[in-house]
Amino acid sequence: MIKATAKKVYIALIFIFLYAPIGTLMVLSFNASRTRAKWGGPTLKWYAALFENREIMQALWNTLLIALVSSLTAVVIGTVACIAIQGMSRRGRAVFMGITNIPMLNADIVTGISLMLLFISLGLKFGLGTILLAHITFNIPYVILSIMPRMKQLNPNTYEAALDLGASPIRAFFQVVFPDILPGILSGFLMAFTMSLDDFIITHFTKGAGVDTLSTKIYTEVKKGIKPEMYALSTLIFAAVLLLLLLVNKAPREKSEKTNKTGGI
Amino acid sequence: MKNSKLSRRLLSTPYAAWITIFILIPLGMVFYYGLTDRTGAFTLQNVLDIMSAEHAKALWYSLGLSLASTLICFLLAYPLAMILAGMKVSQHSFILLIFILPMWMNFLLRTLAWQTLLEKTGVINMLLGFLHLPALNIINTPYAIVLGMVYNFLPFMVLPIYNALAKIDPNVVNAAKDLGAGRVQTFIKITFPLSIGGVISGITMVFIPALTTFVISKLLGGSKILLIGNVIEEEFTQTGNWHLGSGLSIVLMIFIIFNMVISSIFDREGEGTAL
Amino acid sequence: MHHKCSDLKRRVLKMKKWGTAACIAAASFFSLSGCAGSTSGENGEVIVYNWGEYMDPDAIAMFEEETGIRVIYDEFETNEIMYPKVEAGAAEYDVICPSDYMIQKMIQNDLLAELNFDNMPNAKENIGAQYWEQSREFDPENKYSVPYCWGTVGILYNKSMVEEPVDSWSILWDERYKDNILMQDSVRDAFMVGLKLNGYSMNSTDAAELETAKNALIQQKPLVQAYVIDQVRDKMIGNEAAIGVIYSGEAIYTQRENPDLEYVIPREGTNVWIDSWVITRDAPNKENAEKFIDFMCRPEVALKNFEYITYSTPNDAARALIEDEDIRNSTIAFPDLTQYSNLETFRYLGTEADEMYSELWKEVKSE
Repeated sequence: MIKATAKKVYIALIFIFLYAPIGTLMVLSFNASRTRAKWGGPTLKWYAALFENREIMQALWNTLLIALVSSLTAVVIGTVACIAIQGMSRRGRAVFMGITNIPMLNADIVTGISLMLLFISLGLKFGLGTILLAHITFNIPYVILSIMPRMKQLNPNTYEAALDLGASPIRAFFQVVFPDILPGILSGFLMAFTMSLDDFIITHFTKGAGVDTLSTKIYTEVKKGIKPEMYALSTLIFAAVLLLLLLVNKAPREKSEKTNKTGGI
Repeated sequence: MKNSKLSRRLLSTPYAAWITIFILIPLGMVFYYGLTDRTGAFTLQNVLDIMSAEHAKALWYSLGLSLASTLICFLLAYPLAMILAGMKVSQHSFILLIFILPMWMNFLLRTLAWQTLLEKTGVINMLLGFLHLPALNIINTPYAIVLGMVYNFLPFMVLPIYNALAKIDPNVVNAAKDLGAGRVQTFIKITFPLSIGGVISGITMVFIPALTTFVISKLLGGSKILLIGNVIEEEFTQTGNWHLGSGLSIVLMIFIIFNMVISSIFDREGEGTAL
Repeated sequence: MHHKCSDLKRRVLKMKKWGTAACIAAASFFSLSGCAGSTSGENGEVIVYNWGEYMDPDAIAMFEEETGIRVIYDEFETNEIMYPKVEAGAAEYDVICPSDYMIQKMIQNDLLAELNFDNMPNAKENIGAQYWEQSREFDPENKYSVPYCWGTVGILYNKSMVEEPVDSWSILWDERYKDNILMQDSVRDAFMVGLKLNGYSMNSTDAAELETAKNALIQQKPLVQAYVIDQVRDKMIGNEAAIGVIYSGEAIYTQRENPDLEYVIPREGTNVWIDSWVITRDAPNKENAEKFIDFMCRPEVALKNFEYITYSTPNDAARALIEDEDIRNSTIAFPDLTQYSNLETFRYLGTEADEMYSELWKEVKSE
């Protein structure tokens, strides 16, 4: 009993630690004063101003678009890569995994700069496209790391059997392999989406004129003070995601007690 | 059988091309910049510059602070991961998501929020003052930087350890208990060794970003402590000496490679440890 | 950016087929923002690269509406971040707003186009003579730049915490204010204070003078609460610190929020800076760029921007339109520079000197 309480207290403490700054941001979004240093009474005006603000809405749009497209692309490339790596010799696998992990392990600033140097030398025009390429690059390792362990648990014979029974490789993949690695794909997608959403440094070095994400927008605002609309937007995003989580978590609980044991995130 | 090998080779080619273009070539360019000077002549000066007094000190500080925050993350995360792994299956994913959820709030905003919390006239000190407790003065000190690192990178420690723990077959643990092993003994002999892959992966995921960060020391350390990440960032964004910036980045990569070697020793299967 | 908007929307809608939860969340946000009100830009476009939060968004909208030229607007945080992007030609910009010494560097490296002032009658007419004169420090023939904002760097202090009158940089070395001092976190600004304190030029490249300034800054370090750029403002408003080094443009705003704050230009002299519009050498839309600059020099537009960003405008006609007399005659926003001695403007000192400064600054910071 005491042990159970201790566990709960511990989780609660970590929870407070993780959410105290978020609570702070939420409170600031209702602050009538423009500066975070002063409480000017409660207001909802920043929420109204937010939707009027063309630049912030455009940045939000870009951020979500980039996160979505880059994580979906990373999932496709990552899944194919997993199948390929799985079929390699031990040494080949080690080399490929080593290289794959580089963007995740390397300092963000080095990754960002190295990609900027690449894009300049390729003569690419900086913009949405270059940001997307960069995000796909650093998203792939997260996807592969989520899928790989599931791939290992697969029985390779089932895939071969499907082929022997006359299924095309693509059909064999979708019918036999795909369902088993799906949880890994989903958690990889979610991780990639989150990392893309939160990235600032790499976007900063690979973006072009007029294309801002929320992160780069916030960084330029830091110089002149964060606009309270940003706090309002963060609060809304947070509330939306939380709501979504609650819904998703509620729905399948009864029917999939077993299949829910997904390991990854 | 042959057929499938061929198709696998076909599959691996595009990915090999991808990592060559977007990972290896860009890294090659960093090496090129790091090993040349402004005239394009080969030099080791940019890399060796890490030994100059300021750079060595910055690296030393970075190592110290990132090791401290990695250790704290580990001490906080392991018990947490154990508690989570012991929960009912249906609660798993939800509770884990709760720990990822903060990442959906922008990293810069979250770190700025700590400023509002920690400042002399900040929220925490207001609460402490209200309770007649002594004020907490850690803003603009190394402690605040460590706090910022732990805060930002804790989820990266929790997730891999949790995944490793969740994979352990409960029968193995039960068997150990049946054979008379005490709780502590079971943990030392069974649970911990089986989770070591997750621990190593967590350490990497926390240590490397902490080692290279520049934003946290700027926002929470009052820029009074120069970390190696700050030096590199300023070479690129303020001084404009990309050669020196790249040279120092190469030094950082040595630590990263070192880390990868250690992980691969513990992770002989080459399976990578899931997040 | 807006012609892309509908295209992007189509692409996202297509993706909705995936039906993932994240997608739905994203789409619900998009439908809120929408693409309404986007203009098509029938007269081409102009690509502007400006400091963050350095222009009233309404001014851009007005320009687009009136001229039919679409503005692609991008922001930078420091001159040094802007420079390599322009130099590498990675993104093609038409109009940029760098600071004095950076304009000099860009002229030297042949990155700028000569301006045709016949296309910019408002610039010729409305910008005060003294600002053209001052621009000669970095643009000797007034061929490349049109002043947009200017100001001084000074000391902001809190009257409830500092009792004596403040008129010298030396207060930043006063032990009594230990842990209550905010310094600028950029090389040139910090060394400006150190050099001026010792009576040297802030454009010094003399090793001995710089060494003295460095030692002064190292000596000061234990007293400094934090080195910041952006947050002097919020921290001073929130009574976090007693004294801060700040740009004059921030002073008006901070005083409005916290009446205890006072701004002074120290007697040892300081930095008088100008941020000016320039056009890149290879600007794809030079004509539109000149139209844009000219539009920003209109009195009512310059006034709008001044009211939004509170940085002093060199536009005399706009200043005359300011309704609030206190602000129109504010000695903070519009100081009479003839009253101060030792005012200077930053000059580009060359790669070698830049590296020397950076080396010394690192010694200060790693102390």
